Formats: sequence, structure tokens, C-alpha cells
Amino acid sequence: MPIFTFREPGWSPMQEMERLQRRMGRLFEETFGPGMTLRRPGVYPLVNISEDHDYLYVRAELPGINPQELEITVHEGNLILRGERKIPAEEKNINYHRRERESGYFRRVVSLPAPVNPDKVDASYKDGILTVKLAKPEEIKPRVIKVKSA
Amino acid sequence: MNEKELTPKHKEEVQAKGERVRPGRIFLPAVDIFETPEALTLVADMPGVPGDKVTIDIKDNHLVISGEVSPAQAAGENMLLQEYHTGDFLREFQLGSLIDQGRIEASMKDGVLHLLLPKAEKAKPRKIEVKVG
Repeated sequence: MPIFTFREPGWSPMQEMERLQRRMGRLFEETFGPGMTLRRPGVYPLVNISEDHDYLYVRAELPGINPQELEITVHEGNLILRGERKIPAEEKNINYHRRERESGYFRRVVSLPAPVNPDKVDASYKDGILTVKLAKPEEIKPRVIKVKSA
Repeated sequence: MNEKELTPKHKEEVQAKGERVRPGRIFLPAVDIFETPEALTLVADMPGVPGDKVTIDIKDNHLVISGEVSPAQAAGENMLLQEYHTGDFLREFQLGSLIDQGRIEASMKDGVLHLLLPKAEKAKPRKIEVKVG
């Protein structure tokens, strides 16, 4: 896969940069595996999923949300996160310099990468990060097998 | 009632000026800035930053807000799927109005920083009465 190409008619440095960026991304993915690049699902909120021996952890950045209004459901191997981010209306006599923070509702389905016990799910919210801790059922936990010597 | 559906925004990464001692990425927090005749208010989303890890620095009219993220993931966890990166937050502003530095109020709740910057007396807009002689 050639990284550099010759200039084409209608060549523009921006286009070339984008092309290079895409190729670098692909090269990166081939070299380090898909885990190194981000998946872009296009649905709010974005989640990170990790695991240890006993649990799966699903985390999402949800700053400024009332945790009481979050609805978390586990259904057939899916985790469903629903809620609303509210930004209180300010007084009338103000003028905005920047308005980048957004409000609105969200509903996201995350398909879990491993089976979980739906009765053992914990959710916590701290500093704007939601952590859902899902217990793995006993039968899928890795087990150490001892070799008996005869 | 807000009927708008939220869409994910990818965090904008910035390059720090100078060499940083703490490794990791740095992102620009999303902010709202609004002004009343008395004060300037800045609201910034910095998820994962506890209240005691926020730094607000004002020198003349140059404002720097930064926050250190505490890692959410424990040491023994393996990442299975990653849709967002975590890192510290940093953003700089040039303030147009003079700020009364003695009365600045800052609070951090649920990953959102609220910063109230009251204007200095002489920076407040004044209505000038025209005397009719």
C-alpha cells in the first residue's frame, strides 16, 4: 500500500492530508489491531467497555446529568441507557459568547460482549461519569485447571 | 420540554504548549459563556474531573481553566471496546472585560464547572444621562 501518491489534477493539500490521515488510520489498525482506533457508533453517549475476572464495566461520559433520571435496562445481552441532559434556561438579560454544550435526550443500546447476570447490575455516577458494573455468570468465568500428577 | 436528541461529539484534542510532566491526552472542554451587565459566567463540561483537580488561573485578562482526570478504569481491567478517549482538559480565553479577581466564584458538580467572574466596577456598562441645559 503506497503511502504517497503523485499529484493529481485538482490536487489540494487538504484533500491530500485527509487521504493520508485515512491511510495512517488503516495502517495503525492493521499494525495494532482494531482496539487502538475508536469506534464511532453515532449514538449518544459514547461508551467504553472493559472487564476483569468477575465483571464487565460500561462507562460513559455524561456530565451534568441527574442520575435519578437515568434509566438503565439490561435486556437479552443488551444494555440500554436512556435519559435526558437538561441545561437550565438562563435569565432573559444575558448574552452568549459561546454555546457549545448541548441538551437533549438520549437512548442508546449497547450490545454486551459477554453474557451477564441481569440480577447483578450496579450503576454509579461520579464526577459526570456513569459506570455500570455487570456481573459475569459463574459458568463463563475463566477457571484455572490444575493438572493432577498420577 | 426538550425534544432534541443528543448526538455524540468527539472530544477535540489539543497540543499542550511546552513539555508536560503528566503523560496523556489533553482535550478542549465544551463551554457555554454568557454575560450579564454584572458578570461573566463560564460553564465547562469536564467529565471525570473531581472538584479538587480543577485549576483556574487568571493573569490580567488571560484565563486558563484546566482539570486533571482521575482514571475511571482500575488497574486490573482490560479494555474491550473503546469509543472515547480520556484525558485532562485545558482551555484558554482572553477576557474582554476587566474582572474583579477578588470575587470570582467557582464550583464543580457532576463533571461540570461553573465559574462566575464578576466584572470590575469600571468595566460595567454605564448609562450616561444627557443633561438638558
